[in-house]
Amino acid sequence: MSGFARHRRSGHVIATFSGFEADLLRSLASQLVELLRNEAAVPRTTDDSFEALLDFSGPTMVPEDPVLARLFPTAYQHDEEAAAEFRRFTEGSLRDGKAAGAAVIIDTLEEAGLPSELTEDGLTIDVEMAEPAAEAWLRSFTDLRLALATRLGVEEDDDDVWLAMDDEDPRSQAHDIYQWVGYLQETLVDALSS
Amino acid sequence: MSAASPVEVEPTQTPDEITLVSKPWVTIVWNDPVNLMSYVAYVFQKYFGYDKRKAEKLMMEVHEDGRSAVSNGSREEMERDVQAMHEYGLWATMEKQ
Repeated sequence: MSGFARHRRSGHVIATFSGFEADLLRSLASQLVELLRNEAAVPRTTDDSFEALLDFSGPTMVPEDPVLARLFPTAYQHDEEAAAEFRRFTEGSLRDGKAAGAAVIIDTLEEAGLPSELTEDGLTIDVEMAEPAAEAWLRSFTDLRLALATRLGVEEDDDDVWLAMDDEDPRSQAHDIYQWVGYLQETLVDALSS
Repeated sequence: MSAASPVEVEPTQTPDEITLVSKPWVTIVWNDPVNLMSYVAYVFQKYFGYDKRKAEKLMMEVHEDGRSAVSNGSREEMERDVQAMHEYGLWATMEKQ
């Protein structure tokens, strides 16, 4: 597994995934989209699309779900009113942006040939993308890792906890996935910086 | 922060630039256990336009001191910067200097 690289001539960012890896990435991205879409903090009270355009109301409270709280952190530590105002004006578009980013991962993989259901062994998925899509993947990798880490309770310098864990423990397996996405992200930063 | 591969940083030889213009608000980026050092430095270069040296210096401050003041300006400018940092998945807040 070599992760991302920069194609010398086109300048595009390229990578090859096994069918299993691509399917896993799609699954993670889809779960993130679902979390972002289903947990609408402020329900829409109108179906009138014109009214909706004029509706500047948005969430003012820190989300209850710890993953969302980490994806939409507070901007003012010591001023709750300012923090609520900031959240009200920005969380909606931040949420939409992250959902759109995860959708780029899904779209890229499916356009590269990932079937809706993975049935064959030995499938490889070659992705190639220009910088804007690669940047979207990069930001989305962060969101995915933040989500996984929050669910797993990852802390600073906690390697020994994970090393000591039983391989069969689902938390250990989820942590391996978290590490793997971190590796992919590292190679993507390298590719984009080259 | 986490690291999937070693990061090399040169020791800072030159003193910080001194600005005489008063910019009342500042954006703080906080350390977190998830974000890669390379990614944080990349964001600082990409979004703020800092050169590699400055970006790595700020990143190391986040990593070692737990926080770094990465930009300053008007309140509106800082809100824009904080929002951008959140778009990149970094944890940022703003405060009056």
